[in-house]
Amino acid sequence: METNLTDQKQHTPKDYKNGSAVRWCPGCGDHAILNCLHKALAELNLEPHEIAVISGIGCSSRLPYYMNTYGMHSIHGRASAIATGVKTANPALSVWVATGDGDSLAIGGNHFIHAIRRNVDINIILFNNKIYGLTKGQYSPTSEKGFISKSSPYGTVEEPFNPAELCFGARGTFFGRAIDVDLKNLTDLMVASAKHKGTSVMEVLQNCVIFNDGIHSKIADKAFRAERTIVLQQGKKMLFGANNEKGIVAEKNLQLKAVTIGQDGYTLDDVLVHDATTKDSTLHFKLARMGYENDLPVALGVIRDVQAPTFEDEYEKQIEEVQKKMPKKTFTDFLMGSDNVWELK
Amino acid sequence: MSEKTVVNELKDVTIRFSGDSGDGMQLSGTLFSTLSAILGNEIATFPDYPAEIRAPQGTLQGVSGFQVRIGSHDVYNAGDKTDVLVAMNPAALKVNAGNLKRNSIVIYDSDTFQKKDLEKAGLQTDDPFRELNLTSVQAIPVAITSLTKAALEDMGVDNKIMLRSKNMFALGIVCWLFNRPADVAEHLLKEKFAKKPLVFQANVKAFLAGYNYGNNTQLTASTYRIETVKHEKGFYIDVNGNLATAYGLIAAAEKAGLQLFLGSYPITPASDILHELAKRKDFGVKALQMEDEIAGICTAIGASFAGYLAATSTSGPGLALKSEALNLAVMLELPLVVIDVQRAGPSTGMPTKSEQTDLNIALYGRSGESPLAVIAALSPTDCFDAAFRACKLAVEHMTPVVLLTDGYIANGSSAWKIPTMDDYPEIVPHVVQKFFTGDPKTWKPYLRDEETLVRYWAIPGTPEYMHRIGGLEKDYYTGVISTDPDNHQRMVKIRQAKVDKIADYIPSQEVLGDENADTLIVGWGGTYGHLLEAVQKIREAGKKAAFTQFKFISPLPKNTEEVLRRYKKIIVAEENNGQFASYLQGKFGNLPLYRFNRITGQPFRIEELVEEFMKIIEK
Repeated sequence: METNLTDQKQHTPKDYKNGSAVRWCPGCGDHAILNCLHKALAELNLEPHEIAVISGIGCSSRLPYYMNTYGMHSIHGRASAIATGVKTANPALSVWVATGDGDSLAIGGNHFIHAIRRNVDINIILFNNKIYGLTKGQYSPTSEKGFISKSSPYGTVEEPFNPAELCFGARGTFFGRAIDVDLKNLTDLMVASAKHKGTSVMEVLQNCVIFNDGIHSKIADKAFRAERTIVLQQGKKMLFGANNEKGIVAEKNLQLKAVTIGQDGYTLDDVLVHDATTKDSTLHFKLARMGYENDLPVALGVIRDVQAPTFEDEYEKQIEEVQKKMPKKTFTDFLMGSDNVWELK
Repeated sequence: MSEKTVVNELKDVTIRFSGDSGDGMQLSGTLFSTLSAILGNEIATFPDYPAEIRAPQGTLQGVSGFQVRIGSHDVYNAGDKTDVLVAMNPAALKVNAGNLKRNSIVIYDSDTFQKKDLEKAGLQTDDPFRELNLTSVQAIPVAITSLTKAALEDMGVDNKIMLRSKNMFALGIVCWLFNRPADVAEHLLKEKFAKKPLVFQANVKAFLAGYNYGNNTQLTASTYRIETVKHEKGFYIDVNGNLATAYGLIAAAEKAGLQLFLGSYPITPASDILHELAKRKDFGVKALQMEDEIAGICTAIGASFAGYLAATSTSGPGLALKSEALNLAVMLELPLVVIDVQRAGPSTGMPTKSEQTDLNIALYGRSGESPLAVIAALSPTDCFDAAFRACKLAVEHMTPVVLLTDGYIANGSSAWKIPTMDDYPEIVPHVVQKFFTGDPKTWKPYLRDEETLVRYWAIPGTPEYMHRIGGLEKDYYTGVISTDPDNHQRMVKIRQAKVDKIADYIPSQEVLGDENADTLIVGWGGTYGHLLEAVQKIREAGKKAAFTQFKFISPLPKNTEEVLRRYKKIIVAEENNGQFASYLQGKFGNLPLYRFNRITGQPFRIEELVEEFMKIIEK
């Protein structure tokens, strides 16, 4: 029977929710991320039974329990590896990973970078609250140097990871960033990541209301979000500020600088145009570092979105090529055809 | 020279090729065993090589050996002591000195037995045979290096190729000694070096030079002929245990109508399973080399979730790394085959040597109450059957299965009759659409078949069966996360009961030898060939002994206790410190156990087995 595409049901966010009571703390940023995912999937109109959400361990990793899709709450740090198995086995599935800064950047660091390197088509939502929440408040690999926590009572003496740098260092093809409270941009980012063929890393700056409350408020608070963040858009000028009166320009040696248009001789023409699709990641690195080592606004939105072959497609292609030369046989026929068969008469 | 050679007929003979790890001894040995198998001999092989790829030349550490036992029938293992040793240098002679039969033949490369070579091997005098107390062996000096060079002189090949062809000269001598036809050897070489015509020519030339040298100089007074076996007619191939394991997985996937997935990471001595499955894209096998052991098993768990027959292959240290993920698979109740090619531990241990020391980690090496099925392969060819059965149990009982093989059977080879797959049982995956008869809306992920206690496999992509599973404890009925105390106890018990139920689906334990003897000899896994031969020797000596070898370890066959209770004395022989003996004692209690344990990294020695078992039998 032919399927009439117009008959296909338009899904609503509700179709991706299940009845389980959500057990995150009231006020936790995870609620917003979950809702945005429901919305993004509805916008993508994916069939719930064709989605698999894989998570590791941590607060973030409870997410699959609240989805009306296939899901697996696995073990600490391993979600990317398990998702690689799922996607390689069945490339037709839409595979998502829910993970945290401890889960993917500490215990699961190896799987995280190698999934990115292989460019498996999975969508990794990295909940970054810069703290271990479920174990009640230890510093994480993204905590700032000097951060005081239960396991660093005198402040940490180590430098944090910037997830974007890790992603680009692993030759990532997609990286985006959003704030948990900015529902629209977060939903848009999820949609863009699903459309990207390859590993997508979405860093969500998420608030832990109990152990690290306000960790992102310097940039997330409505009062100054417009001044301290910039939402990058493909092919558009890098503008920010309450009235888009500011822009990012490149000085000598590709040094980025925030300027006010009309001041100090800067015009709109000087403002950089965002191109997420360039293979060269130099500028993407610089954009992703904004706000971390300088006074520039923190970059949000899709920072990098580059086309490259995916692992599972390349694998399928190789199987096809081999089978063209060596057609599949029954096991017994295969053995009979092998080089060193002899007959005992 | 007399044209007529005296030909001795032998029941079986053990030959060891030994030299530097760069001398190509593994190739000489493999070719000789394949050649003998083709001629209808029974064969068993034992590659014994160092962990270092190229240890310093001429040193004891660098000695690499390949032992082949060929015989007319009943070749169950690669033999203890050697009848013929090919020693490419003094170090090879020294390492093998303790393993020679009294009148064995030692063919050695006289070019490499110079003063400095003897020193490298730590020999003090210029008569190594006397020094090593080998005065009763027949030492045959052959200038293998210079004769090989002379044979290849006019070919215009470089010195490297010349030196590398020494192993073929040695093979030529041995083939002559055992009446192997030269043309079959040539044919094998042609296949082996199909893509390197120059190397092929050099090798054949060296081989024939060695062969003719034996013939022309009548190296010893006699040559040997091993009668061919009156075996079942049919088509055969030569397999080692790792290859047979890979084949078992492929055959099981075909039977089950599933695609095969392997997530793995290179590790000695298991890597060959990965290598073979990576080749088998003609079967559509997805064999992934991952970033580590953990990712190896985790991708396999992901693939299993997605509906594949999934496996991961490793050796001891790798199994330790996989422990947490294996525990997840126990909790998820997903099918998974974990192959552990046991090697000598603990830690890095002796990677190229064999042992049976991973039984405990397979049975118990996880946190919590974490039951799973454990199977142990008995021989190189049994790896096929064991792998097939591991897959069948995994997908029919929705459980991880650990398949234990070991370095000895993984690298050892024998001739294997190509199976008729119709003789193998069906494999029926417990998929939800086929077996769950209720309304999909009432289905929950941890609902079970009442008889087998097996949950249903609901594969992503299937409409109406969306569900979440995970490492957290689940409610017996609803499958949602639960910390209810009574529910947890119930779930712990039911996971155990599900694995125990497998006993209803495996063959009962058989006893060989004298069933009514007082003494039962018990082994498990890859020691089968050695123990069987030891039992035969004991019986030939007029004593009674019963013998049973366990392949199904967890759960044990249903009649295990009944079998064990029949005997006054039970000798449990294993290559560890008594892990299986303790397991049996723990399960049944009050068993009259005697433990025979050898943890040397080497296979059992028949002589020693017979001697020690006799002491207990005669008690």
